[in-house]
Amino acid sequence: MSAPRLLYCRCAYAQVLPQEVKDGVLRHLCSAAQPFESVADLCEMSARRDPRLAELASSDLKIIACHPRAVKWLFHAANAPLPESTEIVNLRSLSTAEACQLLPPPA
Amino acid sequence: MSLSPDFSLLLYEGRGSQPLDPERRFALCAALLDRGYSLSRAGLGARLAPGQKALIVLGEFDRGQAPDLEDADGAIALSACDITGLDPAAVTDLVERRRGDRPMNQPGLWKPWFPVIDYSRCTNCMQCLSFCLFDVYGVSKEGKLQVQNNDNCKTNCPACSRVCPEVAIMFPKYSSGPINGEPVSDSDIKREKMKVDISALLGGDLYARLRERSDEAKSRFSQERDASKALAERKKCLAKLMAEGMIPADVLASLPSPDEIQRRAAAAAARAEAALADAPLP
Repeated sequence: MSAPRLLYCRCAYAQVLPQEVKDGVLRHLCSAAQPFESVADLCEMSARRDPRLAELASSDLKIIACHPRAVKWLFHAANAPLPESTEIVNLRSLSTAEACQLLPPPA
Repeated sequence: MSLSPDFSLLLYEGRGSQPLDPERRFALCAALLDRGYSLSRAGLGARLAPGQKALIVLGEFDRGQAPDLEDADGAIALSACDITGLDPAAVTDLVERRRGDRPMNQPGLWKPWFPVIDYSRCTNCMQCLSFCLFDVYGVSKEGKLQVQNNDNCKTNCPACSRVCPEVAIMFPKYSSGPINGEPVSDSDIKREKMKVDISALLGGDLYARLRERSDEAKSRFSQERDASKALAERKKCLAKLMAEGMIPADVLASLPSPDEIQRRAAAAAARAEAALADAPLP
């Protein structure tokens, strides 16, 4: 079984994610071998029903963002419901180390 | 306002280019993301979403030469930029120039603030629709509550989520839970159940109080009532909401006149009632 596609949200339109956590996790992603998708802000994309959300939701995803309940319904609001199997890493509740443990290791 | 970019960025590190140092990769990604761009890090085989009309490919290409790219179908404008030796700020400027006048939102100039409904909790009671004076909510053809006018929502105002008896309305950019999407706890539910009656929540029906005060004002001050008095009246009635942190001051200041509030509230209540009549709860 192939690894899920990684999607990182920067939450660039509001500072609700701790800066050190989102930087630490992005640095970790950048040191791993696996390609990833990164978006400036999932809320912003959901607000304008960005068609990219549907394309993303159509694949096996691991989303690195905020509270899973919020992420799930943000996609739904954009007519891009996530499969139940989608894994969501919550940067609002986890430390950098805890979040990185859930991601591919550095290359 | 929501603006939809129709282009994508790709940080390419496949054949014909040099892989980036991880720290440089991080600095580039962070700079572009913080400017509002989304990007993919990929080798070969990157995917484009439907509706994308342009792709800007960034990479440290062999011999510092960005390749000429062409979409075989001609549907997407492809362009490659060599970023060898450029610092993150220079790369961002390069992307800005390539973007040209293609529209997009920018962090700091606009905040995505709108209610997100947890339909696993929503009971379609329409209290939010009745409460909101800015027509954010509407009803689908099937009689289901919907967020229909995101851009009407007042930034930093989560008042509708506070009147939801089921804790079903989230504002993901809000500071605390459960409004920000944190799991809903038993204590949250108990607390919200106490607020099912909007009248109790507001210390009396807001709209009724506005009507009463408006009537009083008409009888007592009919000769001298003017716009400034109406404004004072409105603020007095709603100060309680602000004092409790339910409505930010700037939203309070932007509320319509009491008469308009009454008109909108009646219209929203009528819409909610009609929706409930057409689609009774299961």
